[in-house]
Amino acid sequence: MKARSKRLVLIGVIIVAFGAAVMLVLNAFQENLVFFHTPTEVKEREVAYDRQIRIGGLVEKGTFKREEETTTVTFNVTDGESSILVSYTGILPDLFREGQGIVAEGKLLTSGLFVASHVFAKHDETYMPPEAAEALKRAAEKAEAAAQATAKPIPVEKGE
Amino acid sequence: MLPEIGQFLMVLAFCLAAIQSILPLLGAQRGQLSWMRMAPNLAWAQFAALAFAYGLLTYAFIYHDFSVAYAASNSSINLPIEYRISAVWGGHEGSLLLWILILGGWGVAVASFSNNLPVAMSSRVLAVMGMVSVGFIGFMVFTSNPFDRLMMVPLDGNDLNPMLQDPGMIFHPPLLYMGYVGFAVAFAFAMAALIGGRLDASWARWSRPWTTVAWVFLTLGIALGSWWAYAELGWGGWWFWDPVENASFMPWLLATALIHSLAVTEKRGAFRSWTVMLAILTFALTIVGAFLVRSGVITSVHAFATDPTRGVYILVFLAVVIGASLILYAWRAPKVGMGGGFSSWSRETVLLANNVLLVVACSAVFIGTMYPLIIDALGMGKMSVGPPYFNSVFVPLMVPLLIMMIIGPLVSWKNATFKGSFERLYPVLAVGLLAAVVWPLTMGEWGLIPAVMIFIATGIVGTFIVDLLPRIKAPDFAGRIAKMKKLNTSWLGMHVAHVGMAITIIGMAMAASYQTEKDVRVAPGDVVELAGYSFTFKGVQEVRGANYSSLYGTVEIRENGELVTILNPEKRTYDKHQGMPMTQASIDRSVFRDLYVSLGDPVGTTGAWIVRVYYKPFMTWLWTGVIIMSVGGILAISDRRYRVKIKRRLTGRKEEPQAVVD
Repeated sequence: MKARSKRLVLIGVIIVAFGAAVMLVLNAFQENLVFFHTPTEVKEREVAYDRQIRIGGLVEKGTFKREEETTTVTFNVTDGESSILVSYTGILPDLFREGQGIVAEGKLLTSGLFVASHVFAKHDETYMPPEAAEALKRAAEKAEAAAQATAKPIPVEKGE
Repeated sequence: MLPEIGQFLMVLAFCLAAIQSILPLLGAQRGQLSWMRMAPNLAWAQFAALAFAYGLLTYAFIYHDFSVAYAASNSSINLPIEYRISAVWGGHEGSLLLWILILGGWGVAVASFSNNLPVAMSSRVLAVMGMVSVGFIGFMVFTSNPFDRLMMVPLDGNDLNPMLQDPGMIFHPPLLYMGYVGFAVAFAFAMAALIGGRLDASWARWSRPWTTVAWVFLTLGIALGSWWAYAELGWGGWWFWDPVENASFMPWLLATALIHSLAVTEKRGAFRSWTVMLAILTFALTIVGAFLVRSGVITSVHAFATDPTRGVYILVFLAVVIGASLILYAWRAPKVGMGGGFSSWSRETVLLANNVLLVVACSAVFIGTMYPLIIDALGMGKMSVGPPYFNSVFVPLMVPLLIMMIIGPLVSWKNATFKGSFERLYPVLAVGLLAAVVWPLTMGEWGLIPAVMIFIATGIVGTFIVDLLPRIKAPDFAGRIAKMKKLNTSWLGMHVAHVGMAITIIGMAMAASYQTEKDVRVAPGDVVELAGYSFTFKGVQEVRGANYSSLYGTVEIRENGELVTILNPEKRTYDKHQGMPMTQASIDRSVFRDLYVSLGDPVGTTGAWIVRVYYKPFMTWLWTGVIIMSVGGILAISDRRYRVKIKRRLTGRKEEPQAVVD
């Protein structure tokens, strides 16, 4: 082959390889992006029932229950505004306890029960997972907006 | 007083690095030999200042000087001595100091082993190393001083994070940093070559051993981190696609591409500008890694508590590095030329495909790691990209790459024929197919993924054998041994590293496909059956450690009634971190399987616990393979040709420093 056509073949191969890779990436992205929602959003909005999502917040005090004779636990995750019942089977992270910020990944059932496949707590006692912090922040902002709205007759516009 | 001296030394090192980044470079441009000769001395002086400062910080840890804020928050009186020494790199400031110290160490190594380089080249390399040092030491001096004092000196420190009180802590960070920082050397060589306008095979030959050494360290560092996570976290996994793991894995992928591309540049003079680009990008990714870990953008076991100025500093540094090097590249690279031509089927083509696949794989990891961060930074919502994404993208990209490892070493340089390349491969492929059919069946059930991986792994080993045999062909045994001793170590290193990869692949595929696990609730005396082993839970008792109390479990494992081993998984609570219990898994390792037990939570009042038990086949192969890969790297750099000039010098022929011509 001539140098020129050789280079063309090379470039062609590289483009095909890149194209395949891009398709692979986009495809995998679409299927595997896990969106984060706060408990309030789950309650209010339509959240997809057929795909993995993450929810975050605090483990509500007094809601942690362990089913006898199994390794399944249930607890509520709250952002201070709404709370969701979560069930999880398996070993919880070391830092899991009531009142602690956690993130749960799993699927929402139509019954409203969130079945978690993973539960994350931050590996440090002083910090909470940013998603959990975000959930609390969003709920607080909302509450504040609501309070302002009732205080003043003029509705306050808030993003969200 | 001592901490202030430490701080002074940091500033001194900063100034020395600044001089080192200017003077030798100017000297090289203007042909001033005396200025160029300053470079090694400056590198040594900088390293001495850093080492002294590092020693002072370690002193503060060993002798409990809690007036130093960093020591107070990362050490305590009861912390055992080995962890007091390694606690120095247990937080952001100290680990940054270690990073800088290692960077200085690499500078000294370059200064010491560059006698065979033209003095202009080595001066430029050291000048670029100086610039990198300026960036990192500046980061420390301006944002993260480890010698900051506390006004109120506490009686005891906060103790090292319990997660880090593990033997892994002693080795993982230094090894990983040796690797990370080592790519600054490859970068410096590339920049020096661009500045000097001398981007040829000899540049590749000089830069190759440095790149390979850094690669070996990074490989070992990543593997050790993975090994540690496997043993410590109690999740039984060894890779989580956590952003910080990715931060070290992305430079590893590019460095692997770089090693292969350097081979082409050295042997055939081709791929020159591409090789330089890879060196730049690999180094840039190490800074991206520093950003991910030190800016607080991610949640991870590795993330340090941070303030935002640090993230901004690293981003600016990254922008300067990438900007400056790309401008230089755009200016100089077009003059470099193409180098030797090659036909569409040749070793060059295979290595080009290797590079394309590695770069694409690295980009896929990059997108998966950065996309959620960017979306979050733009305020467009929170999301995460989990292991399913990485697995579904990464594995399909790796399979062709691994298959090329079977063919690659048998393809000739420049111009090869399919027949010539594959001729010797038929028996290898036959054995591989046989292994792919039979081996998975011995594990109980045939599966496609383990079969493919076994085919590839046996193929790689087979290629080594068919490539080796003709080289050691001799009439008698002694002749064969003699020929074996004369084998080219660089060639041998490549094959050994590939065989290491093959062994690792088997470990990964087998563990992923055939592991079994159970999370069960057990009362003392209960028996759990798993993969032919019976695990008897004997209960949990309280045991006291140096600075922690432990709930110490006992699990007896039997196979057909014979005692195999007794495992002791623990749940430790450290005195200074009462709210943070640590799971300590207990593992019985052997050649063909790991048995793994970790404690979950206590349940009820009868002494029952939730316990996780794993049977993981071939895990040992995974780690062993990595060690063999590193041995391959070391063999490759012990090749005689890298030392030729030094020997000549020692035999008395003094080399004149080459005049600088631009």
